[in-house]
Amino acid sequence: MIKDLFTATVIIGIISSGIRLATPYLYAAIGEMFGQRSGVLNLGVEGQMLLGAFVAYFVVLRTESLLLAILAAIGVGALMGLAMGFVTIQLQATQGIAGIGFYLFGMGMSNLLFQKLIGVVENIDGFSAIKIPLLGDIPVIGEIFFRQNLLVYLAFLLVPLAWFVLNKTTLGLKIRAVGENPEAADSLGVNVALVRYFTVTLGGILSSIAGASLSVALLNVFQQNMTAGQGFIAVALVYFGSWRPFGILAGALLFSMVNALQLWIQVLGIPIPSELAVMLPYILTILVLTLSLTKGKGPSALTKAFEREG
Amino acid sequence: MKNTIKLFSLLLITVLLVAGCTQAAPPVEEPEVSDQPLRVAIVTPSSMNDLAFSQSISDAMQALQKEMGEGKLEYVYSENMFVVDDAAAAIRSYAQQGFDIILAHGSQYGSSVQEIAPDFPNTVFAWGTTVDTFDMPNVHAYEAASDEGGFVNGVMAALLTETKVIGVVGPIETGDAKLYIDGFAAGVKSVDPEIDVRVTYIGSFSDVALAAEAATTHLSAGADVLTGSAQMVIGAIGKAKEAGAYWFGTQADQTSFAHDVVVASQVYHWEVLLREIFALRQSGVLGGETFAATLDNGGQVIKINPDLDLGQDVLDEAERVIQGIIDQTISIP
Repeated sequence: MIKDLFTATVIIGIISSGIRLATPYLYAAIGEMFGQRSGVLNLGVEGQMLLGAFVAYFVVLRTESLLLAILAAIGVGALMGLAMGFVTIQLQATQGIAGIGFYLFGMGMSNLLFQKLIGVVENIDGFSAIKIPLLGDIPVIGEIFFRQNLLVYLAFLLVPLAWFVLNKTTLGLKIRAVGENPEAADSLGVNVALVRYFTVTLGGILSSIAGASLSVALLNVFQQNMTAGQGFIAVALVYFGSWRPFGILAGALLFSMVNALQLWIQVLGIPIPSELAVMLPYILTILVLTLSLTKGKGPSALTKAFEREG
Repeated sequence: MKNTIKLFSLLLITVLLVAGCTQAAPPVEEPEVSDQPLRVAIVTPSSMNDLAFSQSISDAMQALQKEMGEGKLEYVYSENMFVVDDAAAAIRSYAQQGFDIILAHGSQYGSSVQEIAPDFPNTVFAWGTTVDTFDMPNVHAYEAASDEGGFVNGVMAALLTETKVIGVVGPIETGDAKLYIDGFAAGVKSVDPEIDVRVTYIGSFSDVALAAEAATTHLSAGADVLTGSAQMVIGAIGKAKEAGAYWFGTQADQTSFAHDVVVASQVYHWEVLLREIFALRQSGVLGGETFAATLDNGGQVIKINPDLDLGQDVLDEAERVIQGIIDQTISIP
C-alpha cells in the first residue's frame, strides 16, 4: 500500500496540490513577516483575509473584472492595515489584543456583507490557469510548476522580492532597525512610526490578496469563514520560517505538501485513521518549530510599542 | 496632545461600543398570551445559506411559515455558532426571552441543551442530529436517516461511473456525515462490489480550500463521480464542475451551484418533523420524543436534476430503490 505513494501521479499530485495550498499562506505570511520585522505582531490576518476574499469575490460577481477585484482587495487590505496601525502605533494598544479585535471585525464584517449583498453561494469565473510557453510543456515539471494561475506565480515571485527588499534595500534596513532597536533607529533619524505604518499596511494588503487568491483564483467561490484558520497558520509560519522569506517558503510548502500527502494517504486507502492523517501537518509543524526554536530569534522589539521621548 | 487624541479615541470607541451593544441587545418580551404566534429560535453552526446543513433548517422554517402564515409562526436565528460556548449563550438568552421552541441545530450543542433545558421547564428544546433526549421532559431529539438517501445516491453513482472509482469528501468521521457516507458506499457496493469507493475526511467543516484539494486528489486518482457532506463541499463541487465529473449532494439541493454536474441531492425536509413537534406542544408534550427524517415520512427526498440526461434505466433504478427502502424490501447494511 505504502509503495502506491511513490508513483508519478501521486508525486505530481502532491507537489501541485502543495503549491496551490501554499499560495494564500505565502501572501499572508510574507506580509505578516514585514510587520513583525518592524516590531508589530498582527493577529488580525485571518480577518483581513476574509474581507479581502469577500471584496474580490463581490467585485468579480458584479463587474467580472479580475483587475478591479484585485485593486479592491488591495484597497480594503490597505484600510485594514492602516486601522491596525492607528490602533497599535498611534494609540499604542496591546498588539495581540488589537489583532484579535481586527480578526473578529473582519470575520463579522465579511459575514454581514455577504449576507446583505449576496446571500447565496455562487460560482464565479476567476483567474484561470496560465500555461507558460515552452516551460509548461516540460514533462512532469511543466505540469507541476507552469500550469497554475497568475496569483500562484505572483505568490512565489513575492518570496525573492521580499528577500531583496528586506536585505538589500535601505527600506529593508530601516524595517529591520525599527524592529530590533527602535530607539537607536529613531536617534539616527528613522521615522519609526512611518516605517511601522508602512509594514502593517503592506501586511494588510498582502493578507487581503491572500484571501482573494482563494475566492477568485483557487476556488472561485465565497463562503462565510472560508479561510478556516489559515490566517493563524500564516502567523505561525512566520515563526516557523524564523522571520525570513525563504524560511517561510519552506514552511508553507512543507505544511501544504504534508496536507496534500495526507489526502493521498486517505485516497489510496492506506490504513491510517483519518483523524491521525489530518493531524499530520500540524504534528510536523510543532516538531519542526520545537527543533528550530534554538536558532530562531525574533525581532527584539516585537510587540513593543514605541513612544518618542521628549 | 497625544494623550488628548488617545483619550478622545478611547471615548469614541466606548460610545460606539455602547451604541452597538444597545442595538444588538434583544428586547425583553412580555410573557406569552395564547393567541400570540408560535415563537421559534434556531441556533446553527454555519450560515443559513450554506447550501448544506444549516440551510436545510432555514428552508424548513420558511416552508412552515408559508404554510402557517407569518402571523402564526415567528422565528429568529443565530447562525455561524461554530463556538459551542457562544451557542450556549444564545440558547440560554432565547430561553430567557421566552421563546416557545428552541432548535439547537447541531450535534455539538448537546451538552449545552442538557445544561440549560432544566432551567426552563416550559420551553421546548429540540436538538439534532441525534437520538438522545437526556430523558428530559422538555427535550426532543431529531436526526436524519441520511444513510437512506446516501444509499440511493450510491446506487445511481455506481450506474454512472465509467472508471469504477468514486471519490468521497467528508468533514469529520462522525454523525450525519459518516451516516451518509457509509450509506453511499453501501449503495455503490450493492450494484457492483468491484467499484472502488475512496473516502477522505478532511478534518474540518469549513476548510473550502482543503475540500477542493481533496476533490482534485480524487480526480487525479481516477475518480469520475464524487460526493461529499457538510458545508465546505462547495470547494469540491467547484472542482467536479471544472473536471466535468458527476456530483451527488446531500443536506440541501445543490443543483443551483453546479447545474451541469449535480446529478441528485438528498434534501432534508425538517418541516415534517417540526410539524409533529409543534403539534405535540399544543397537546402539552414538551419533549421526550426522538424523530427521524426518512424517505418514508417525507423528511428526506431525493431531488434529481431534471436537466441531466442520465438515461431512463438510472432513473428507474433510483425509483425502485427509493420504493424498496420505503416498503422495507431493501435494507441498508
